[in-house]
Amino acid sequence: MHTSNTSTTGHEKGLQDLDQVVIRFAGDSGDGMQLTGDQFTRTTALMGNDIATFPDFPAEIRAPAGTLPGVSAFQLRFSSFDIHTPGDAPDVLVAMNPAALKVHLKELKKDGILLLNTASFSALDLKKAKYDKDPRTDGTLLGYRLIEVDLEARTQEALVNSALDNRDRERCKNMYALGILYWMFHREMAPTEKSIAQKFGKKPDLVDANLTAMKAGYAYAETVEIFQTAYRVLPAPMKPGTYRNIMGNQSLCLGLVAAAQKSGLQLFLGSYPITPASDILHQLSTYKHLGVITFQAEDEIAAVAAAIGASYSGCLGLTSTSGPGICLKSEAIGLAVMAELPLIVLNVQRAGPSTGMPTKTQQADLLQVMYGRNGESPVCVISASTPADAFEVGYEAVRIATKYMVPVVVLSDGFIANGSEPWLLPDPETLPPITVSFAPAGKPGEKFMPYARNPETLARPWARPGTKGLVHRIGGLEKQDVTGNICYDADNHQHMIETRAKKVANIANDLPPTATIGDRTGDLLVLGWGSPRGAITAATQRLTQQGHKVSCAFLRHLNPLPNDLLALMRGFKKVVLPELNSGQLAMMLRAKYLIDVQSFSQVNGQPFKTDDIEAFLKTVLAGMKKEVRQ
Amino acid sequence: MTSVDRPVMQKKDYKTDQDVRWCPGCGDYSILNAVQNAFAKMGKQLHETVIISGIGCSSRFPYYMETFGFHTIHGRAPAIATGVKISNPALDVWVVTGDGDAMSIGGNHFIHAMRRNIGLKILLFNNRIYGLTKGQFSPTSEQGKVTKSSPLGSVDYPFSPIALTLGAGGTFVARGVDVFGAHLEEIVIKANAHSGTAVVEIYQNCNIFNDGAFKGFSEKEVRDARILYLEHQKPLLWGPNKDQGIAFDAQFRPYIVTGADLGKAYVWDETAETPAPAMALATMSETEFPVPVGVFRRREKPTFEAGVQAQVTAAKSKKKESLRDLLYAGEIWDVK
Ligand SMILES: Cc1ncc(C[n+]2csc(CCOP(=O)(O)OP(=O)(O)O)c2C)c(N)n1
Ligand code: SF4
Ligand SMILES: [Mg+2]
Repeated sequence: MHTSNTSTTGHEKGLQDLDQVVIRFAGDSGDGMQLTGDQFTRTTALMGNDIATFPDFPAEIRAPAGTLPGVSAFQLRFSSFDIHTPGDAPDVLVAMNPAALKVHLKELKKDGILLLNTASFSALDLKKAKYDKDPRTDGTLLGYRLIEVDLEARTQEALVNSALDNRDRERCKNMYALGILYWMFHREMAPTEKSIAQKFGKKPDLVDANLTAMKAGYAYAETVEIFQTAYRVLPAPMKPGTYRNIMGNQSLCLGLVAAAQKSGLQLFLGSYPITPASDILHQLSTYKHLGVITFQAEDEIAAVAAAIGASYSGCLGLTSTSGPGICLKSEAIGLAVMAELPLIVLNVQRAGPSTGMPTKTQQADLLQVMYGRNGESPVCVISASTPADAFEVGYEAVRIATKYMVPVVVLSDGFIANGSEPWLLPDPETLPPITVSFAPAGKPGEKFMPYARNPETLARPWARPGTKGLVHRIGGLEKQDVTGNICYDADNHQHMIETRAKKVANIANDLPPTATIGDRTGDLLVLGWGSPRGAITAATQRLTQQGHKVSCAFLRHLNPLPNDLLALMRGFKKVVLPELNSGQLAMMLRAKYLIDVQSFSQVNGQPFKTDDIEAFLKTVLAGMKKEVRQ
Repeated sequence: MTSVDRPVMQKKDYKTDQDVRWCPGCGDYSILNAVQNAFAKMGKQLHETVIISGIGCSSRFPYYMETFGFHTIHGRAPAIATGVKISNPALDVWVVTGDGDAMSIGGNHFIHAMRRNIGLKILLFNNRIYGLTKGQFSPTSEQGKVTKSSPLGSVDYPFSPIALTLGAGGTFVARGVDVFGAHLEEIVIKANAHSGTAVVEIYQNCNIFNDGAFKGFSEKEVRDARILYLEHQKPLLWGPNKDQGIAFDAQFRPYIVTGADLGKAYVWDETAETPAPAMALATMSETEFPVPVGVFRRREKPTFEAGVQAQVTAAKSKKKESLRDLLYAGEIWDVK
């Protein structure tokens, strides 16, 4: 929290201006931390700040109450300037119980504000949180600005007249905490009043209790002496336009729906639930009025298979999953490669291997989607890098899949899927057109050639069953080019493998130049793909401000890679690639370009911290100086 | 059916320019023949028909039918066909599969097709062996089957595809035999008339790896003595003189009736609500009892694709939303 000035106008207590704040809400998974964070986010977005969020929740829906594995957190960062990440260490930690304190205190900044719920500090509570002694009395909390509130008692008092039973009243304590924070950070309560009324509209007692608790929290902070100052973060200057706060899974869905509408195709999703991709199935299943068909299949194989069937019959086949589901879909994706049908595969990556850590993030499926199929089986691979970016990526996937008749894998990850940021809404009228043409009815006596190709894109015709004169057979067996007949001829097989590869490679001729932040030549190029974008951008900006010749660039297209990438990399003395895997894209680039791309890897299930990237880049820069001196 | 749009069809219209590659003498040839005859009788238009198969000798079928055809991957044909049928319910979608393809690797998709009652017509070529991979025992091979992968005899118990289909909620379940051409044609036509999932198990001789698997009841000389033709609303009688019958006890256990008891033979009702009699016939011993062929079960019930499309249609008429409204939804704000 960088204080910029202090004033007392309009507020009985002090009011300080800050340029940014990072708040982390942490509590039991039953404490409603996600909802609390979400409410703070909506309000703050509406108040014009730039904002980035990071929900971090356990895989268990309800781990035993009060235990360390049951802790759920929501971090948000809001500012009066352009930000790229939800921040590293929080300025403010709201800890709803000892377990939340135990898990998150170590990350709170020194001198940070700790709002601690003191309601549950019995010996048993401490034991569950694996505290030998009460952290409030053994010096653990020294060095923080501690605010202790018995949230349960205060909430019960506020709700004496509520129709809810004791247990339900107590569950409003998160709203009491939210009220306190609203006062502390000078937020308006109206957006939450509206949103809670909508959310629990059918239960007026619940709406009433939640809002009463919030207002009581606000009043409490305003009145009692422990709160000396409130803080204000002015709106951030943002590009003019209309904004909406959006999560990655949501915008990905919207991008796909927008593309379906623009192309006139019917969207068909085949899916099997899996964290963190399930919300895509949930959301698309509410778009029936837009003609979207969703099919919850018996497993991931059936899900992708049905999507392939849908594409075969002229819909836009789509399947959504995470890593373990990709394993199951591999064989069918190979069929789509062979049948040369458009297919979109969404992989919202999570920490693996195997079941891994379902709610934690990672980018370790890149090599799997690139090479994890039998035979030479090239697909187009693109990636989303921020929650808002996922819209454009969904749109791009449809453009490529239908233009080139290829499967397109879209890589997202848990951090993008559940994180949120303000999204400058596009004008639907100016979205680029996507033209799709199906093979026209055949003339009598003429034989339809299912693998006759468009000379430019090498795409084969999309022939809808039901169209007269187009009957033909396709399948997973190797086929003769043009006729599509089964063919085991050696030269034809070589030709077909090369053709399928070329078709994907050709997409590179159809991509915009790779943008950089910073100069196109210099000492250090930081490359990135996917969700590390924000942390890389922030770290690069810091180094540039410190006078280093550092630039960064982000790759949306991973297969094929952009044509200008080699020249771009050659313009720098060194290339560094931070990714949340053990160096997968770095390996691809090194193999393809023979350039000494240096990997910066993190595989702990957490997003990168800007500080860590900055520190790594600094050691690289320092090493470069030494090399020069030698 | 004789309009310009729907010309009369002949068997030869369904033949493709591809050489049929099954082993000479394979039962698949007779099935192809029966299906082509049935299609011609029904006047099926080439472009309205899609045949989707998995992998196996049987799954080569689409290459020999001048319709839309998709030879997919092992076991997944019902899932791919499900996507086709939901996307375009007007298409006539057939699935061709084998006992390994449908009962083993694709068992999950197979039972879920029944559960949903999606309008697929599934032809299950049961040769009780893995033909394409050269003769390993399959999930329908009899216990003790000696094959390359079971030199001491297979330990596995077999599935009855009919019982499995009934158990999974199949709404049309029938059995035919490759060499009973006219009967098979009839069954294919009946399957076609059913709106939901129709499964036709077809006993098919693999003369290379499981020759004679069905000859104990399918050969001309023994056929009359061994085959029980299921006929709707007729008693379960068989034998050259129709002098033996099947009756059920209180627990739906089948027993054979003859002579004065012949009147006790159960009157077959393929539309019966309870699957119990069909299940009893599907699971009775092939050696102690005759082998039933024909329709085991036929009950109409709303189809999956109709339900899915109805939701979309209803949602469309209830709510109109432009792309702009969709994007500019929720809490939005302007920055000047
Ligand atoms: C994923 C996969 N596993 C295994 C195979 C090998 N395979 C091909 S067909 C087949 C069994 C076919 O048996 P069935 O379905 O009974 O067909 P049939 O050849 O007897 O008609 C097997 C195991 C394959 N093609 N794909
Ligand atoms: S192996 Fe058997 S099932 Fe396959 S084609 Fe030959 S005879 Fe027919
Ligand atoms: Mg077989």
